[in-house]
Amino acid sequence: MRRMQRDPDVDRVIAVDAVRPEHHLGGADFVQADIRQPTIGRVLAEHAVDTVVHLDVTGTPLGAGGWSAVKETNVIGTMQLLGACQKSPHVRRLVVKSTTSVYGSAPRDPAVFTETTPAKALPSGGFAKDSVEVEGYVRGFARRRPDVAVCVLRFANILGPCADSPLAEFFSLPVLPTVFGYDPRLQFVHEDDVMDVLSRALREPRRGTLNSGTFNIAGDGVLLLSQCSRRLGRPTLPVLLPAVKWVGSALRTVGITDFSPEQIRLLTHGRVVSTAQMRETLGFEPRFTTAETFADFARSRGVGLLPPQSLARAVDQVAESLGARLARGGGSKVQTVQSDAG
Amino acid sequence: MADAKVIPFDDDRTRNGAQRSGRRRSAGGAGAPSGAVSGQGRAEPKVVRQKVRTLHGAAVPPSAVQAAAGERSGGSVDESHEAVADDGWERRVASGLAFLRRRVTGDYEVDEFGYDKELTDQVLMSLVRPLYENYFRVEVKGIENIPAEGGALVVANHSGTLPLDGLMMQVAVHDNHPAGRHLRLLAADLVFVLPVINELARKAGHTLACTEDAERLLQRGEVVGVMPEGFKGIGKPFSDRYKLQRFGRGGFVSTALKAGVPIVPCSIVGAEEIYPMIGNSRTLARLLGIPYFPITPTFPWLGPLGAVPLPTKWTIQFGEPIETSGYPAEAAEDPMLMFNLTDQVREQIQHTLYKLLVQRRSVFF
Repeated sequence: MRRMQRDPDVDRVIAVDAVRPEHHLGGADFVQADIRQPTIGRVLAEHAVDTVVHLDVTGTPLGAGGWSAVKETNVIGTMQLLGACQKSPHVRRLVVKSTTSVYGSAPRDPAVFTETTPAKALPSGGFAKDSVEVEGYVRGFARRRPDVAVCVLRFANILGPCADSPLAEFFSLPVLPTVFGYDPRLQFVHEDDVMDVLSRALREPRRGTLNSGTFNIAGDGVLLLSQCSRRLGRPTLPVLLPAVKWVGSALRTVGITDFSPEQIRLLTHGRVVSTAQMRETLGFEPRFTTAETFADFARSRGVGLLPPQSLARAVDQVAESLGARLARGGGSKVQTVQSDAG
Repeated sequence: MADAKVIPFDDDRTRNGAQRSGRRRSAGGAGAPSGAVSGQGRAEPKVVRQKVRTLHGAAVPPSAVQAAAGERSGGSVDESHEAVADDGWERRVASGLAFLRRRVTGDYEVDEFGYDKELTDQVLMSLVRPLYENYFRVEVKGIENIPAEGGALVVANHSGTLPLDGLMMQVAVHDNHPAGRHLRLLAADLVFVLPVINELARKAGHTLACTEDAERLLQRGEVVGVMPEGFKGIGKPFSDRYKLQRFGRGGFVSTALKAGVPIVPCSIVGAEEIYPMIGNSRTLARLLGIPYFPITPTFPWLGPLGAVPLPTKWTIQFGEPIETSGYPAEAAEDPMLMFNLTDQVREQIQHTLYKLLVQRRSVFF
């Protein structure tokens, strides 16, 4: 059920085993408790939990349940969890995983979002809308319990060798359908960085930094969708905007990938966030830039139909053959250059 | 553009520089009638080549007085000249292929606004440059008023039904500024709604005209271009030409004040006449969801042919910068100061426009 969230989490148990038991319910418990049920409150009380990490806002629909079940988990689960936190006197720290899609993406938005930028067009549904609602509840909770340090981490698109987010599925298609006439700017964050920043948010803040508040988490730099497709070696198929929705629903029916309207908007207008707060206030430096994250992801996905290496080799061959021809008959070319010169 | 790569190797540079600038002047210059320009452009290479050869003939053997010797040296120089030109050609092919290689493998950088410097320099600029050099024959004055480093806000008048003036201003800064600065234009939101256009605009370094983006660019020390008249300026009727419209709410002044960068007023003459807009079909505009639908003597009557701009002669003058660093930090909140500065900028642009119009001999030459 929480595959996407648990995947990186399980990685982390293996990697940073010592830290995990002191801040969480313990792996097994966590999996068995359903946050839609009030049992979550008992769990919090029994174990005197002082730090709650809420990762369970998911964008991946779970098989049969479909979107309504996801929404229930996201929104009702958050309400239950926050209610439990409010009751529990032990809770000192709450970390919520959110997403940069709360900013939406529209052509009338500024190029770079900061934490305080209001969304011009609120996301219409799905994961992004759930995240907006969840953040609203979290803000309410922060007002009611000012003694709890609340940290909302808005992650850019998470990629990495193990990621199975909708965007990762999209990049695994042999031919990438894109929106004709748009080349969105994308930002990625590596799953290892996600784990690092979560552990940073869980602990007491380091000197000179503060880890409560809202932070955008993203790798440095920006990749265009066209760059991504070329680096992956997967050709693109530009589709006119009205037809994109059909293609999306067609792909969904076939079950290849999930093309939510929100994702189509992301792939149309793109989204870039400012990470100045992450650096200055949270004091976190991601290890992977956007491009490195993408390279790491691309390595894990195997080669596409047009691998960049072979394209580069083809260009090199052309260069060689041209060089050879030039060496033979350079004289005649000079005329062309001369007329070019005007 | 191309000649710069070939010719400098076979002659002393100063002479070539003079020649080139001379040519540029003549190409964009006062005397050439618009029809003759293309023909002149085609004839030029031969002339230049002749000149180069005679220069060599004279320069290489300074002491040799014999005609035969001169002839021979001329010939040999010509050969070496060809070899050098050949070398330049090879280098161009090599760099072109390297460029292609980077493009097909996606191995290039864009900034957070989506500005693709390489693509802009190598491709987009070359696409617009013929329009700039040969069609509108843009003459640029006062380029030194744009600082060589640090942020600056270039404020210009806006006209011409289609925002060609912005593009020309971008090429003018790119091609003429000694420090090779890039103008980052702030564009209307309509640009970013339209497919294809939004993609190209982002890659050419344009971004949405909003305070956040302008501030971010200025803080990074970029030269930002803004046309505060917006649609009011670009879509005004022909009878109102060269009358500056209202300058928004002066938001650009507070942005410049906050960033502490100078404001460079810029006056563009010539863009008003490219599409003389004699009417505006509001119904069609509303139907298409655009701010105005221009009716010119040729458009839409002649169809796509009517969309060809008139070949007017342009002048772009960058004026004396207005410093803003002297004001205190809270000055950006002072509405009176905003209005005063906005008026000062506006007046300076309007004044320069009138001056340039008086100097102009004809719309087309």
